[in-house]
Amino acid sequence: MASLKDLKNRIDSVKSTRKITQAMKMVAAAKLRRAQEQAEAARPYAERMQRMLAALAASVEGRPDAPKMLAGTGSDQSYLVVLCTADRGLCGGFNSNLVREADRRITQLRNEGKTVKVLAIGRKGNDQMRRLHPDMLVEGSGEIGKELDYTTARAYADRITKLFQDGEFDVCQLVYSRFKSAMRQIVTVQQLVPFSAQEELAEHEQGKDDARQFVTGGGDGADSGDSRGSGGTYDFEPDEESILNELLPRNLAVQIFRSLLENNAGEQGARMTAMDGATRNAEDMIEDLTQTYNRTRQAVITTELNEIVSAAESMK
Amino acid sequence: MAEQEQIAFELVSPEQLLLSEGADMVVIPGADGDIGAMYRHAPLITSLKAGVVGLYDGRTVRDRYFVAGGFAEITNERCTVLAEHPIKVSELKRADVEQELKNAREDVQDAKSEEERADAERRVDVADAKLRALHAVEQG
Repeated sequence: MASLKDLKNRIDSVKSTRKITQAMKMVAAAKLRRAQEQAEAARPYAERMQRMLAALAASVEGRPDAPKMLAGTGSDQSYLVVLCTADRGLCGGFNSNLVREADRRITQLRNEGKTVKVLAIGRKGNDQMRRLHPDMLVEGSGEIGKELDYTTARAYADRITKLFQDGEFDVCQLVYSRFKSAMRQIVTVQQLVPFSAQEELAEHEQGKDDARQFVTGGGDGADSGDSRGSGGTYDFEPDEESILNELLPRNLAVQIFRSLLENNAGEQGARMTAMDGATRNAEDMIEDLTQTYNRTRQAVITTELNEIVSAAESMK
Repeated sequence: MAEQEQIAFELVSPEQLLLSEGADMVVIPGADGDIGAMYRHAPLITSLKAGVVGLYDGRTVRDRYFVAGGFAEITNERCTVLAEHPIKVSELKRADVEQELKNAREDVQDAKSEEERADAERRVDVADAKLRALHAVEQG
């Protein structure tokens, strides 16, 4: 049986663990609020850009000179999987869920005989991918850094654009985690190149998702509702192609920015939940240990008393 | 003039919706030249060059914003400008801008690769446009 001193030490150490997890939970809760606000604030830009893009896409549809980023290269032999994860761990299954989905997709594509490259944004995913598929990881993968801003997303988008222009891939898919609530994040896959307003859920999540709020209001919805409603087709200046050539890479950055923001909110939510669980576990453990401690103390006292009484008895 | 309907103007940056208000006329720096948009303007989508977005009440300028490029969508009743790093012209400081221009020019000189040079040249253009914007304001 553990000695009283050992038990006391264990109780103390669990207590300090609880203090840490509790603090982390509170920090995550505060950060979550900020992250949600940030994601909320970034929405108008993304929405308006989608609207413009939809109008442009409708107007160049079917033309042979449509930009490749919009229409595709005509082949789907090589894939680029962009994996967005968090920089830091201790947030439950958040990162591993994302990595698992990306890994599943990569293996599947490879079995189909496609060439696959991976761009990992976020330190955790980067580490995992370096271990799982070191041969596929492209240069330019890295961390998000302390401050999540548009410039970071822009840099990654520029990298992707460059890879595309160099003919390194035909199709680009983005794996990120959509924020639903502090308790639930949904691993989501979105096609970035060729442009598509569709969002595809990770297969195992299908059916579980009740509100597809981000999926609607994409390409079709926007252009049938808006451009026609307010006075027919647009004029374009200088012309469709040159606008698209600027707009498409910009859109890439916006999509990545958005997914990073969603990710960030999800990460904080997942951490909050995970730390809440950890705090509760610590409390249970303290309770158990305290009980054992008290029992042991009682036992020690009883034994001592017994010894004294029996010693006195034998002296008589 | 008072009866005239206003055009709804929105200025949006990737981070947030900066401004959403009405104006009699909005002047935006289109890629092919400045465009003045009033209520009932024909629908138009254009890319923007670095320059100044001006909001007009009647014939007087109410607000000026500097944008370093972006896009604009004009419909009959609204004008939406998507811009990265928009800033109020009144918040620009001549000394800062001059320093920015100097740094960018030096970067062009020191550029080691084609990309670095292109990036630096772009920054020179932006700083140059900022300077012009300040100049225009000072001239009235």
